Amino acid sequence: MKVKEIIEILEAEVICGEDLSEKEVHTACGSDMMSDVLAYVKDQAVLLSGLVNNQVVRTAEMMDMKCIVFVRGKKPDESMIELANASDMVLLSTKKPMFTACGLLYSHGLRGGNG
Amino acid sequence: MSNSVKLHYDVSGEDFTRAGEASGNIKKVLKEIGCDADLIRNVSIATYEAEINMVIHANGGVVDVDIFPDHIDIVLADQGPGIKDVELAMKEGYSTAPDNVRSLGFGAGMGLPNIKKYADEMKIETEVGVGTTIRLKFYIK
Ligand SMILES: Nc1ncnc2c1ncn2[C@@H]1O[C@H](COP(=O)(O)OP(=O)(O)OP(=O)(O)O)[C@@H](O)[C@H]1O
Ligand SMILES: [Mg+2]
Repeated sequence: MKVKEIIEILEAEVICGEDLSEKEVHTACGSDMMSDVLAYVKDQAVLLSGLVNNQVVRTAEMMDMKCIVFVRGKKPDESMIELANASDMVLLSTKKPMFTACGLLYSHGLRGGNG
Repeated sequence: MSNSVKLHYDVSGEDFTRAGEASGNIKKVLKEIGCDADLIRNVSIATYEAEINMVIHANGGVVDVDIFPDHIDIVLADQGPGIKDVELAMKEGYSTAPDNVRSLGFGAGMGLPNIKKYADEMKIETEVGVGTTIRLKFYIK
């Protein structure tokens, strides 16, 4: 699916990277533990997280992810937005909790990959 | 060899929000040089894990990168507490990270094994009370 479909499905607010919303993504993962994302995730393009700090964006950057969705209405700060812009990443914020957000995306065809 | 590209970074142990700056910059340089995407990701993940370790376990340190035509050497050196039992530290799930580190999203005990997975060669030199040096090598195919 396209990033812009994620925005619609999760009724998400676009924090940055609106111009990148035509990008195709096929797989996602949800975690608040960056250690696990770094160790177990492979080729997932979308990260859903309830954790908000610079290292969430850094972790996604190192793994070449395209989009981060902050759940439960969490909002990234200025320095996270700067980091995301520098690596062409879309940041979204949804009011939905983690389980619901993942479930909605899954039911619309986004997959977890083998990670 | 004099035609290698050398990079040097000081990593602050005071500021967790800045952790990853060195790794991010190394990634940018490798992209500019035109390295293969898989290689860049391997280097990025391994270096980032080691940089985070330096910040959360050793109060910062230095990173030196040497890019040759056929391989990349990365050395991460700190003057932290050192690692008492390296074999144990290399085990998945072993972590001495305190709860505040876990609330920042780290401390699952996955970093060192993950570095080993992504680097082509990994050497740990460490002495309790003196510090830790991690040497990584990545082959350019
Ligand atoms: N540079 C270092 N200086 C001192 N101790 C270290 C250093 N790097 C790792 N260690 C020790 O080795 C343990 C295992 O490291 P590892 O990176 O595998 O896990 P972690 O950092 O605790 O958690 P994670 O990497 O999953 O976030 C650490 O908990 C720490 O005790
Ligand atoms: Mg670690």
